[in-house]
Amino acid sequence: MRPLTDDETKTMFEKLSKYIGENIKHLVDRPDGTYCFRLHNDRVYYISETILKLATNISRGKLVSVGTCFGKFTKTIKFRLHITALDFLAPYAKFKVWVKPGQEQSFLYGNHVLKSGLGRITENTNQYQGVVVYSMADVPLVSWPSPFTYCPLSNQISQHIALPLHILSIIQSNQSTYSPPPSHTVHYPIKSVNI
Amino acid sequence: MAACSIEDVLAKAEQDEAEKLKSITVQKELDLEFDIGNLVAYDKNRIDIRQFREQKKDDFLRSLARDNTQLLINEIWKHPTERVEEVIVVKLPEPTTALPREKPPPKPRPPTKWEEFAKLKGIQKKKKTNLVWDDVAKNELHRLRNIARAQKIKVPGVGLTPTAQQSTTDLSRAVNVAKVSTASAGKFQDRLPKEKAPRNTGKKRKFQPVIGNFSSEKQRQLDLLKVMDSKKPRLDVNKAVNKQMREDDREESAAKFRKGGKKGRKGGHFSGKGGGGKGKGGGKGKGGGGKGRAGGKGQGPPGGKKGAGKR
Repeated sequence: MRPLTDDETKTMFEKLSKYIGENIKHLVDRPDGTYCFRLHNDRVYYISETILKLATNISRGKLVSVGTCFGKFTKTIKFRLHITALDFLAPYAKFKVWVKPGQEQSFLYGNHVLKSGLGRITENTNQYQGVVVYSMADVPLVSWPSPFTYCPLSNQISQHIALPLHILSIIQSNQSTYSPPPSHTVHYPIKSVNI
Repeated sequence: MAACSIEDVLAKAEQDEAEKLKSITVQKELDLEFDIGNLVAYDKNRIDIRQFREQKKDDFLRSLARDNTQLLINEIWKHPTERVEEVIVVKLPEPTTALPREKPPPKPRPPTKWEEFAKLKGIQKKKKTNLVWDDVAKNELHRLRNIARAQKIKVPGVGLTPTAQQSTTDLSRAVNVAKVSTASAGKFQDRLPKEKAPRNTGKKRKFQPVIGNFSSEKQRQLDLLKVMDSKKPRLDVNKAVNKQMREDDREESAAKFRKGGKKGRKGGHFSGKGGGGKGKGGGKGKGGGGKGRAGGKGQGPPGGKKGAGKR
């Protein structure tokens, strides 16, 4: 486990800012405690200081995960967000898309959100803007295989689309379809510290 | 009768007493030899044969034994005593008499297989020393140091100074250093067909400690965010264009409304996607703005029906 280098922090922040914009500083600088990002086995974890200090007592090989996993760095040092980051991104999301109840399940199983399934959408959503999808009950949704979505057509354009079935939210697929669902089964000897 | 018997008894008693209080000094012709360590006394006096025959044999031997024992005990008491738990104990010296062996002496152990083999082959044990006096290297090092001092440069590292015997690691390191010591820092140096790329050259990556200074880490991240924000253009071109287009749309629609409905309905040109309706949100952001606007202005009132339906 180690802190992120400057380059890695920059890459991660750039990815996060696509979804939460300048609200990242609320993650970095929290009034209710010191939270920090740590890298372990190429995965970035968001942990509170107390948990971090406890986690240092576990050896590297035996430590499975700490705190919340925000995502991981690939071999070519690209940052991929994981669904476990949703809890922290959803409240700070700048652009939101609400999905009608009918389309909810379809979205959860991996289909794109069509215009017919769109309940609400925040104003001024730009094209290719990173958005967080919500159900009508304001529950943030994330589908597998791809946790986060982006809007291929801007808000303005979508208003004038003729067909109701235009794709409005393309799921940003970030893993191959053959990867296992996000609830990983881990095969390490177990000792995980989770908030 | 009684008197006689009494006298006899008294006499006997006196005799007994006398015997008991026999002097502890014993006269002997030759002194005894003592080995107190073994509690032994050697008496080398001659035995008087006549005396031996006169007395009863038993008595003679007993008195002899008694005398010698007395002398032995006298000798024992000469040594230092100590008291151990209400008992007076004498510290015995070392025994002087050499006692013979109890068990037979040990046989020499048979030689091991290696020992036999070594003897057969004539192999002798050689001890290897760790350090070898290296005349050449020492000279070389001193010579380079002198040069360095004269020219005020640093002495090159291990493996680069010529020595008599160089290990493979030294040689490989020398090769790697030589390869990098070109004008373009070894970028255009070809490798031999089977030569592998050198690994672990350069410094090891150093990371910040896991539990470092949290506030400084936070500050660094906030600074990074600030820099990232500053790099983003303040004027988002897309947004500006879209905003402008929206303004135009509103103006157009307002103008159309004022002009009236019937006229608008009759005309109905719909010039494709680009100018769709009154140039509303034409196409993709960048290119669309100008095109849409131009289309819209050209169209004016016609095509209002479709547009209205959309809204």
